[in-house]
Amino acid sequence: MIRTEEMLLNVGPQHPSTHGVFRIVLKIDGETIIEANPVIGYLHRGTEKLAENLQYTQIIPYTDRMDYLAAMTNNYVICHAVETMMNIEIPERADYLRVLVMELGRVASHLVWFGTYLLDIGAMSPFLYAFREREAIIGFLNEISGARLTFNYMRIGGVKWDAPEGWIEKVRDFVPYMREQLAGYHDLVTGNEIFLNRVKGVGYYSKEEALDYSLSGANLRCTGIAWDLRKDEPYSLYDRFTFNVPAFDSGDAWARYQCRMAEIEESLKIIEQAVEQFPESGEVLAKVPKIIKPPKGEAFVRIESPRGEIGCYIASEGKKEPYRLKFRRPSFYNLQILPKLLVGENISNLITILGGIDIVLGEVDG
Amino acid sequence: MPNEHDGTPPESNEPLSKEELKKRAAAEAKAKALELARQRALEKKEESEAAAGSSEPEDALAKEKALAAAKAKAVAAAKAKAAAAAKAKAAREGATAAAGSGDEKALAAAKAKAAAAAKAKAAAAAKAKAAREGATEAAGSGDEKALAAAKAKAAAAAKAKAAAAAKAKAAREGATDAAGSGDEKALAAAEAKAAAAAKAKAAAAAKAKAARAGESDPSDASDEKAKAIAAAKAKAAAAARAKAAASAKIAEKPAEEQKPSPLQPLLDKYKAIIQKELGEDALEDSYINLLSKDVPTLVAKPDTYYQIAQLLKHHEELRFDYLSELHATDFETHLEVYTHFYSYSHRCPAALKVKINREDPVIDSLAPLWSGADWPEREAYDLIGITFKGHPNLTRIMMPDDWVGHPLRKDYEPYDVEV
Repeated sequence: MIRTEEMLLNVGPQHPSTHGVFRIVLKIDGETIIEANPVIGYLHRGTEKLAENLQYTQIIPYTDRMDYLAAMTNNYVICHAVETMMNIEIPERADYLRVLVMELGRVASHLVWFGTYLLDIGAMSPFLYAFREREAIIGFLNEISGARLTFNYMRIGGVKWDAPEGWIEKVRDFVPYMREQLAGYHDLVTGNEIFLNRVKGVGYYSKEEALDYSLSGANLRCTGIAWDLRKDEPYSLYDRFTFNVPAFDSGDAWARYQCRMAEIEESLKIIEQAVEQFPESGEVLAKVPKIIKPPKGEAFVRIESPRGEIGCYIASEGKKEPYRLKFRRPSFYNLQILPKLLVGENISNLITILGGIDIVLGEVDG
Repeated sequence: MPNEHDGTPPESNEPLSKEELKKRAAAEAKAKALELARQRALEKKEESEAAAGSSEPEDALAKEKALAAAKAKAVAAAKAKAAAAAKAKAAREGATAAAGSGDEKALAAAKAKAAAAAKAKAAAAAKAKAAREGATEAAGSGDEKALAAAKAKAAAAAKAKAAAAAKAKAAREGATDAAGSGDEKALAAAEAKAAAAAKAKAAAAAKAKAARAGESDPSDASDEKAKAIAAAKAKAAAAARAKAAASAKIAEKPAEEQKPSPLQPLLDKYKAIIQKELGEDALEDSYINLLSKDVPTLVAKPDTYYQIAQLLKHHEELRFDYLSELHATDFETHLEVYTHFYSYSHRCPAALKVKINREDPVIDSLAPLWSGADWPEREAYDLIGITFKGHPNLTRIMMPDDWVGHPLRKDYEPYDVEV
């Protein structure tokens, strides 16, 4: 009989695999995790408190800093909440630009996830390829918004800038190139025996558990629930495009990988159609009052970000600042299931499971 | 002895304007009070010096004088009152005339005038009252502070009363107006009008709202009237949504007139199930939130909150298996927990809210029902300070464990040991 002893192992808050400041206190017996306690809040910047003293347009740059890998969707959610309350109609051209930048952002975000996830579990080269393509997308977004990550591009009623000359054509040409690269990723990684052994059957949860834990995005779709707000509660122009909602039902890290890779393809489809339908000319900003004052009342809207369901709640007193602003941050909700998944796992699977959830700490901590 | 008063009774003066009269009366009252106070102080001094009741006659004298002054003042006030009343009457007449001509702007102006007149009247009355009270009190105690306080109080009370009365009157007038046409919309419009008269600001808001309520059918009346109706409708709807409607009757009627929301049947279903299982009064309120994509919103009472949540999760026809969002808000009068649910089985949304006493912020935790409520409830505890009964691990999540206070409370003051 071997004598075993429990010990506490502190991981983080500075640990490269967390891609931010995330700490988890593990109780381990040998290499088996008995208990896991995540500690978050290291990146809490009080966005919601700050927002109570800011005008709505002034809050938009703060949203860039939540999910900094897909800031366009964050920009969109607050604009969408205010527009829903004020019943503002968005000019068509602006809406197409919004869809384009959001979908480009989604591809870029999934590329970061793909690259870093494989880096975390030991494959070096996919990271380099993924970041090469992401760099191209960031170039596009930089061209249209003037910033690489913190775009501050959307405004209530539309977008800040029209697309520069030739931008649409560049995006159109990017789609086939990206498809080609994506096929390359599949060749490189998807069928790889070592990779499959690392992810198959790891971090499994059932459909019911996923719903119970309020998971969303690929974390939900990996259990077979084909739920995507772009399809099921269409906002913006998403009802004009044909695309699928990829869902896989094995509920493990492998299914989550497949989901995200398939989502890149679907996003490319949407970009392709949006470029085709893109109106020749038109306004990019609706006629909105200079000072935005949503009517008294409250609203909660939710949209599909690359990480899942991002929501925005506004309680307005009819003033130029919100009375209360709250973001439903998908990473925050998705991370809740982690302690449950880790119990009984080997330490080496910690990173596979954590990475599979795809969190951004800026968003977890708000 | 400082007995000489330079104030002459106001009756003996040559006729003055109301304002002057009022000013004068006020100044006199003040002077008198001061005088009395001084006198009282002196008397006290004397008393302490002589340790005898020698100040009695003086006291009586002062009392007499004060009473006389108060009387005079009351007369003056009555005069002012009468004048104000006359003006108010004229204004009212003007208002009626305006109503006859159907000119809304004139009506509103007249009403505003009437309100102002009523206010003036009330003020005059209050002053008279205060003077009377003050005089009596001053004669008794000679305390200046008490006098001033009493005056202010009386004035404020009278003002508030008068304002309320004026508002009610305007509303009544408007209602009568509307009753003639027998149109409920007009009733709402009248209400809006009254509000507009009370506050010039409201007009601008109503206009903006009218623009929003584009779907409301324009009546065959004049342009302005249609606008006002739309404004009233929008306003009433907004009030219903915000649940700040002063009168549920008025708020509900226009809401019914509007096109029923496509999600209304859902709300009716939820309501029917909850009322069947938990009794008629299980819900505090329920409505369609028109600002928030028509989500059916249920407002639970604190003691039925958990039961309703249980029903939402487990009832065969509801099955809200997904908690999409949970957060709290400090509304200063109360705290509120807002939850957004989604049913993947039936593909329908619902919002559940509960109002919590701000002094004793305790509510049942939903974490036993939805594991996804765990961290959001911790966040609400951390930032707003709501205690969730039955939560498995209610500790701070964003702020450090030794943090003092709950930052998202509206009255939060950062705690700093060095300050």
